[in-house]
This record gives sequence, structure tokens and C-alpha cells, in this order.
Amino acid sequence: MKTLFLAAVFGAATFAQEGPVPGNLANTEIHVLPAQGNVYMLVGAGGNIAVQVGHDGALIVDTQYAQLADKILAAIKKVSDRPLRYIVNTHYHADHIGGNEPLRKAGATIAGGNVAGDLGAAASEGAQIIAHDNVAKRMTAPTGQQAPTPTGAWPTDTFIDDEKKLWFNGEGIEIIHLPNAHTDGDSIVFFRRSDVIATGDLFTTTDYPVIDVAAGGTINGFINGVNRILDLVITVYGQEGGTMIIPGHGRLSDAGDLINYREMITIIRDRVQDMVKKGMTLEQVKAAKPTFDYDPLYGSNPRWTPDMFVEAVYKTLKK
Amino acid sequence: MLASAQVNLSGVWSSRLDEDFPDRLAGPELGDYGGLPINAADRLRATSWNASLITLPEYQCRVHPSDYAASFADIRMWEDRDRDTQELVAIHIHHFAWATERTIWMDGRPHPPDYALHTAMGFSTGKWDGDILTVTTTHLKEGWARRNGVARSDRATVTEHFIRHGDDLTWVIVVNDPVYFTEPLFRSRDYVFNATGQIAPYPCESVTEIIRPKGQIPHYLPNTNPFLKEYQVNHGIPEQAAMGGAETMYPEYKQKIATMPKPGGAK
Ligand SMILES: [Zn+2]
Repeated sequence: MKTLFLAAVFGAATFAQEGPVPGNLANTEIHVLPAQGNVYMLVGAGGNIAVQVGHDGALIVDTQYAQLADKILAAIKKVSDRPLRYIVNTHYHADHIGGNEPLRKAGATIAGGNVAGDLGAAASEGAQIIAHDNVAKRMTAPTGQQAPTPTGAWPTDTFIDDEKKLWFNGEGIEIIHLPNAHTDGDSIVFFRRSDVIATGDLFTTTDYPVIDVAAGGTINGFINGVNRILDLVITVYGQEGGTMIIPGHGRLSDAGDLINYREMITIIRDRVQDMVKKGMTLEQVKAAKPTFDYDPLYGSNPRWTPDMFVEAVYKTLKK
Repeated sequence: MLASAQVNLSGVWSSRLDEDFPDRLAGPELGDYGGLPINAADRLRATSWNASLITLPEYQCRVHPSDYAASFADIRMWEDRDRDTQELVAIHIHHFAWATERTIWMDGRPHPPDYALHTAMGFSTGKWDGDILTVTTTHLKEGWARRNGVARSDRATVTEHFIRHGDDLTWVIVVNDPVYFTEPLFRSRDYVFNATGQIAPYPCESVTEIIRPKGQIPHYLPNTNPFLKEYQVNHGIPEQAAMGGAETMYPEYKQKIATMPKPGGAK
């Protein structure tokens, strides 16, 4: 594990603009949907969870909310009676890491082989939490300062470069960092044999792309990230089948959904870029409604409105 | 129990391309949105659409969605029946165009939850209204109301009626789109039974036709599409009529067009 330090105080761990408002979760059910191969999608509140299962145990991508941990564990039990070994966090937002601490505790690390050297004391403390180093930076705090998340929720295994590779349950898993997209710590998880990609919030079917500008997100990084995901996808025919995609929020998808989403983001970026070139102010750009044709699809989230999206696009293009 | 009064729809049916012909084999003209119940948001989608989009490899083999597939070529329909009870489990349709196949479930199963995959064919269930097969489709991927850029959203639901009279089949398609339509869109298509009909394969392979910067999407910025006037001028159609909307679906709209000024330069 790497030493964690913080260049600035990030108070944004509650940033969760996507999906339904986390109110009372007592009645939330966790639904299990087979995605493909060894991978399932868990739908509850907060970000979708991907679960990969097999002889070695279970690996999950993201953890929704702590209050749902028992229900998430029960849902994992439906598809695997083996221990939870790995948690991968796609980014630091509260609706994707909220269950880290209780789920980690319920799991068990594989101590030995080529991972033993990395673990130290962590080996006895449950499942490993893997994330890009920038996720860890945003969840922790320098000595003497209040961290935005409890220590038990922190990543135990971070990486600083483009990718971390893992062999688990008989398949290669690529955890690919996509820089400065939704945040500065985004990873997607590609299950190579199952042919499933969990995208985190690089793709949702419910909202405009959420760009957490304060956490290093940018529109062009976002578009590059989506294009990178499309590079990994192989369809059966036309835009359908083949690689399955588990979005950060919304329904199970495949290439066609991501292609439509890429088209939408690119067109809106191009429109705002043109307005920036013409010297228009932010207020003028908002008034010109560059998202007008997509608002009936993506514009109804009061916590991530078309104006907020346009502002994030404008600001990160101006930089 | 066998439902009574069912008709058999199995066999190859040949498409009669007489209805809405320009919309079908010839292809619609750019900027012709007349007769479509679209709202202003869909109109902006349509006027932003650049036909070069379909030269991108990932768009080349994009199939016609099930609510549009009836516009082309022949189909084969066949049944799945339970061997023991001979109950009807499903009816299938194979379209020649893009070799797409649909399943219409007849066994009363529910539609999937909202977090399940959407597809170009959607998820369909059917029931008999007397001799008419009525089909309900949900879980559609985004498609089009017309293949010149007029979008139909992935939240649309479709109701279809298959009506057989002897060797004639009328297929009525009603598209409800809460995102982009202000009223349902009705289409009908005619087919004739073809006792010797065969359907050829429809392979499609994407290739790079034009080298472009990675991720570039051809489209027109608002108010810059240079092709919108051509249709209006060539056919003497006022702009308001060409731009569509629910009003333009109805026969009495012809009288209104007659009172509108013709577009500049109209023949
Ligand atoms: Zn997020």
C-alpha cells in the first residue's frame, strides 16, 4: 500500500449527483441481473454493482451505501457461496464507496502467492479494496485532519499508472484508469473472458455526464474515456450483443447504448466549443440551450441539471 | 387450453412497397419531417443530423429497429408450440433487412424489469384480439421515426396489430414516444403470402470508409444545416409543413398548406 497524502482538503465525498436521491433505504431491494459469463449486475440505490464470481470467490465493483451492505451481501450469496475477496472502486463518490467498510469486513483476503507481499497487517482485515491512487487521496486526509471517509473504507491496494491487471476466477481482469473524466480517479473494470465492462460513472443511461470539476473531471477527458471503452467493445452484429456494459447508473447496456451516449456528449461538447470560440459568456451559452434536444431524455435530474452540465462543459473547455 | 379464433401467420410474406414509397426503398429526402408527430426537441435532433454519420464504422451495420423494420423487404413468420399441449409459446419474425429476428412471447410472461437490456427489436408479448394478433413492445433501443435523422427514443413503447385476410396481411404499427412525440405515430404496411418465398442472408461488415480524427461525430451545429431548403423548394412545401409536428399527420392539413406562402424559389 502506498503512503497516502493530500494536496488539498477535498470535502466532496458526498458528491453524488447521479441516480435517485439516497433517502430512506430501508425499503430498497437489491436486484440481481445476469450480465454475461461470470458477471452479474446488482441494482439497488446508488451506483450499480458488478459482481464476478467463481472458484476463487467474489469480486465486486463499487459498494453503493453502507446501509445496504447486508442486502448486498445477501444478493452476492444468491450467485456465490464463496468469500468476497476484492472490492474495486471506480471512483470516490459516496454512492459508489459507501458500503466499502462493512463489505470489506465481511470479506476475506487471499493471503499468499503473489499478493502476500503487498498486504501486511491488512491481510486479516477482510477483502482488499482496489482503486486508483487519486480515489484514495480523496477518501483520506493528511495527519491531523479529518478524513471524509472512515479508515476502514479506504483503499488497501492502489495503483498510480494507467492500469492494474488481475487474474481471478479464471479470467483476466483489467482495471483501466481513464484520466480526468468524471473525476481524476476513474477506473473501468474489464472482465475479459466474461466480456463485460463495468464503467462506473463514465456511462449512465439516466443522466447527462456528471463532470466533477472540483475533483479533476473534464468534458474532453470524459469523451476520451467513453471512446476508450468503445475501443474495447466488440459487437455481434451492427451495434448489438457481444460485450456487455454495466453502467454506473441505469440499465444493463451494450455497444449501441454507449454509441448513442457518445454521440450525445460529443455533439453537445462541439456546440459549446463553438460558442466558446465565438466568445460567448457562460450565461449566453446557457441561454442558447445547447442541450435542448436531449433534455427530455437526460434533463430531469434536479441535482445535475442541464445548466450544471453546460457549466461544467464550458468551464473545462475554457481551461 | 388452445385459444380459439387464432389465425396462422406462419410463412414467408412479401412486402408491398406501395405505401409511403419515398420513405422506403428510395429513402426519405433530407429535411422532410412532414407527417411525424415530433416535438421541438426532436426537430433539433433531426436538423442536427448529418448523413455522414452512417459512414462511421460503428453505424454502418446498425439495424432497423423493430418498429421501422416493416418498411422493407420480405419477412418469415413461424411459431413455437409446446410439443405435448400444442399451446402457442412464441411467434417469431425474421426480416430480410439486416437479418433481424424478433420473438413475440405468447405464453403470458411479464416484460423484464426496467434495468434490463434494451435492444433494437425490443421485448414483445402478444395476445389475440379475435383474429388479430396484438403485440406490445418495450425495452427498445433508440431508433428513428424516419431514417433522415428523426429520432425515436429508447423510452418509446409500440403496439402492433397483425391482421390477416386470406393471403393478405396488414401490419399496423403504433409508436408512443413520451420523449420525442406529442401524439402516437401510426404506420401500416401490406404484405402478400408467398408460398415459394425464400429469404436470402444479409451479411454486413463495417469498414473504415473515411479517415477521421478519433471520436469525431458528423453533425450540423444549430442553424447551419445547408440541406433543409432543398426538399421545400423542390416540392413547393412550406417550411412549417416540412418541419413536421402532429398537425401535419392529418388530411385536413392539406387545406392549411394551401394558404401558406410557398418557399422562395419553389418551382
Ligand atoms: Zn460518481
